[in-house]
Amino acid sequence: MKNVGMKDVTVKNVSETPASGASASEISSGATSAGVKSTGLRVSSLSVTYPGKPPVIAVDGADLSVAPGEIVALLGPSGCGKSSLLSAIVGVVEPSGGTVAWDGVDLAQTPVHKRGFGLVFQDGQLFPHRTVAGNVAFGLEMAGVPQHEREVRVEAMLALVGLEGYSARAITELSGGQRQRVALARSLAPAPRLLALDEPLSSLDADLRARLAVDVREILRESGTTAIVVTHDPAEAEVMAARVLRMRDGKFVG
Amino acid sequence: MTRRRYRLHPWWWVLAAAPMAFLGLFFVWPLFEVLSRGLVVDGHLDAAGMWEVLTASRTAKVVATTVWLAALGTAGAVLVGVPAAYALFRLTWRGQRAIRALATVPFVLPTIVVAAAFSALLRPSGLLGSFDLDQSVAAIAVALVFYNIAVVLRIVGGAWSAMDPSTLSAARVLGASRWRAFRAVTLPALTPAIASAAAIVFLFCATSFGVVLVLGGTRVSTVETEIYLQVNQFLDLRAAAVLSMLQLVIVGFTLWVANATRRRRERALPSRRLDGTRPATRRDAPVVIGIVFMVGLLLAAPLYALVERSLRTSAGHGIDHYVALFQQPGLAILPVPVWQAAVNSLVTAAIAAAIATMLGVLVAYLVTRRSRRGAVLDTLVMLPLGVSAVMVGLGLLLTLNRPIFGVTLGGSWWLVAAAQAVVALPLVVRSIVPTARAIDPRLRMAASALGAGTWQIWRRVDWPMLRGAVGLSMGFAFAIALGEFGATSFLARPTRPTLPTAIYRLLGRPGIENIGMAFAASVLLAVLTASVMMASERMRTQVGADL
Repeated sequence: MKNVGMKDVTVKNVSETPASGASASEISSGATSAGVKSTGLRVSSLSVTYPGKPPVIAVDGADLSVAPGEIVALLGPSGCGKSSLLSAIVGVVEPSGGTVAWDGVDLAQTPVHKRGFGLVFQDGQLFPHRTVAGNVAFGLEMAGVPQHEREVRVEAMLALVGLEGYSARAITELSGGQRQRVALARSLAPAPRLLALDEPLSSLDADLRARLAVDVREILRESGTTAIVVTHDPAEAEVMAARVLRMRDGKFVG
Repeated sequence: MTRRRYRLHPWWWVLAAAPMAFLGLFFVWPLFEVLSRGLVVDGHLDAAGMWEVLTASRTAKVVATTVWLAALGTAGAVLVGVPAAYALFRLTWRGQRAIRALATVPFVLPTIVVAAAFSALLRPSGLLGSFDLDQSVAAIAVALVFYNIAVVLRIVGGAWSAMDPSTLSAARVLGASRWRAFRAVTLPALTPAIASAAAIVFLFCATSFGVVLVLGGTRVSTVETEIYLQVNQFLDLRAAAVLSMLQLVIVGFTLWVANATRRRRERALPSRRLDGTRPATRRDAPVVIGIVFMVGLLLAAPLYALVERSLRTSAGHGIDHYVALFQQPGLAILPVPVWQAAVNSLVTAAIAAAIATMLGVLVAYLVTRRSRRGAVLDTLVMLPLGVSAVMVGLGLLLTLNRPIFGVTLGGSWWLVAAAQAVVALPLVVRSIVPTARAIDPRLRMAASALGAGTWQIWRRVDWPMLRGAVGLSMGFAFAIALGEFGATSFLARPTRPTLPTAIYRLLGRPGIENIGMAFAASVLLAVLTASVMMASERMRTQVGADL
C-alpha cells in the first residue's frame, strides 16, 4: 500500500482503525486530552466503480491524508478520477471499496448530510429560488442555528468573500465570479471540517480565475478551513494549495 | 460499501406502494376483470362465445365504423392543421398569439361540450340543420377534426417553426419553383412530424367516446360506444368485455405506430434549436387570411351555435335556460337540478385532482432518478393512457359492484372520483417529471453536503422548484376530471349525476326546454373548464424558469 503525501500526524491512527463507535470516541477524546490536534482526513485504498459493460473504474485504490487546516490540490486531466475521488470522500458517490475516515472514525455509515463536509462545484449549484442570503443561510438552517445568529453569520460570510450588501440579491443578478463567491460563503457558513472544491473556478474567464484563485486561498486560510481542491489547471493548483497531488487513470502519480 | 445502496430500496418500495396499490385496485384489477369476463365463463375458457361476438355482423360493422371514422378524422385534421400550422407557426404576424391560443381551445373543452356544440349546429333546428347531417358519419368526423386540429398544430407547427429555412432557399436558388421547393424540401422534412401527429390524432379519434355517443345516436356506433350500449341497453357484459379486448388491440396497434413515428421524429429533429420563422409579408396576406378564416369558421361555428341555442327560447332569445339550471326539472328527466350536478362535478373533480396530484408528486419523486424499478412504475402509471376511459369505467363497475372485505364499494360516488383520478394521473405525472428531472442534481448534492437529509432536500430544494408545475398539473387534473365522461358515464348513479352525465341525459330527452338546458349546462361546463385552465396557467411561477 502506497501512501501519497501522508503526514506524520496521521500515522498514529492508521494502525488502529476503529471498528466501533466506542473506540472512536476514546481515540478522539484521548487525542484532545493529550493536547494533540484533530488528525483530519484519512482515505485508504478507496475505489470508485461505475456500473456498465465493462464497469468503469474511476478511482483505483487511492490513499490520501489531509491534516487539519491543510489545503491539498488534486490535479489531473479530465477523466482521471479526481472528481470521483472527491465525490466519494464527501459521500455523494458510493465507493466500491476502501474507507474514508475523519479523526479515525470510519464514515461508511455516515450519510452525506451528517459528515460535516462542504462541497463547491464548478457552477449551477446555487438554489435559484433563494436570495444570496437565503443560499448562504441554508446550511445554518439545517444545523438549527437561531435566526439572529444566522443573520450575523451570513453577513460575516458575505464580508469574508467580499460581497457585503448582496444579501437581498437574486441569484440571477450575479456574475459568474460572484456566484462562486456565494457558493464558497454558503459552504463555509456551517464551518465544515473539510471543504471539497470541485473545479471551483473552471467556468470563469481566465483573468477572473487567476484573481479568484488567490482570493479563495486567502479565504480558506483566514477561516482555517481544511480543503481539497480538484482542478485540471496546474497553475491554479499551485496558487491555491500547499500540496499538489497528481492523478492519472484513477491513481496518484509522482 | 454496497450495503448502503440496498438500504435505500425499502423506502422506495414503501413510497411506491401507495400509487401501486391505487392503480392495482382501481385500474389493473378492473381491467383483468373485464378481460376475464370476456374469456372465461363458469371457470373455463369460452372461446366459442368469444368467437360468436367477434364474428357477429354488428361487431364487424362497429369496427369498420371505428377505423373509418378515425381515418376520416385524422385526414381532416391533417388537411386543415398543416396549412394552419404554416400560417400560425412558420409565419409571424401581429395578433398571431391570440389566434394560436384560440385554436387550442377546442382541445381543452370536455368532449360532451364539443358534442353538444355540434349537436346544436346540426340538429334539424340548428344552423346547418337543413343538411340532414345529424347522426351522420360526416358530422362526427367534422367534430373529431374540430377537436384534434390543436394536436396537429402543436406538433407540426413546432417542427415547422424550427425548420432550417436555408435549405429551402438553396432549393429556390437552384431553380425550384415555390411549389417544387415545398414538395422536394419542406414536405419531406415535415413528414415525420405529420406522421407522428396523425398517429396521435388517430388514437384520439379511435378512442373518442362522448362525441360519437352524442352525435352518432342510434345510427352510428364505434367500439367505444358499442361497449357502452352493450352494457347499458342490452345488458350483455360479455359482448362488452370482448369488444374491450378488441379495442385494446386497436389501441395497442395505434400506440405502436405512434411510438415508431415519434422515434423517427426525434431522430429527424435538429440537435440545435433554430428559428425558422419569417415575418409575413403583404404577399402572404391572402393565404394567411384565407387559412385563418377557414380554421376560424370551423372552430367558431359550433361554439357560436352552442351559445346561440343556449339562449334561444320558444319566444325569441333569453336567459330562461340558464335560469332553469337552478330549478328542478321533471323527475323523469333529471332527478336533481343541474346546479346540483355541477356541485357534484366540482366536488368529485376536486377529490380526483387531489388524489391524482398527490400520487403524481410521489411517482414523480420516485422516477426522477432513473432506475429500472422507476421505469416499471412509470410504465404502470402510463398504462391508463393506452386504455380507454370507457374500459376503466366498465372494469370498475364489474369489479367493485360487490362486497369486498364486507364493504360494498359499488355505487359509491367516490368511485367516480377514483376513476377520474386514474384517467388524470398519467398526465399529472407527465407534466411534473420533466420539471423534476430538469432540477440540477448538484443542487441536491449541495443541499446534502450542507446538512439536509432526504426529506429536507425535497422540502427545501425540490418542492420550491416543483410548486409551479404541481399547481399547473393539479389544475389540468381538475379540468380533466370535470369533463371526464367515458368512465363517469358507467359509474355515476342517476341520482348523483355529474355535469357531463347530466348534459348527456338532457340531450337525449325530447322538448326544447330540455335541449336548451343541455346547451346552457354545456356553456357552464365550458366556462368552468376554461376558468380552471386559465387559473392554473397563472399558477405557473417563474421560479427556476430563468436558470
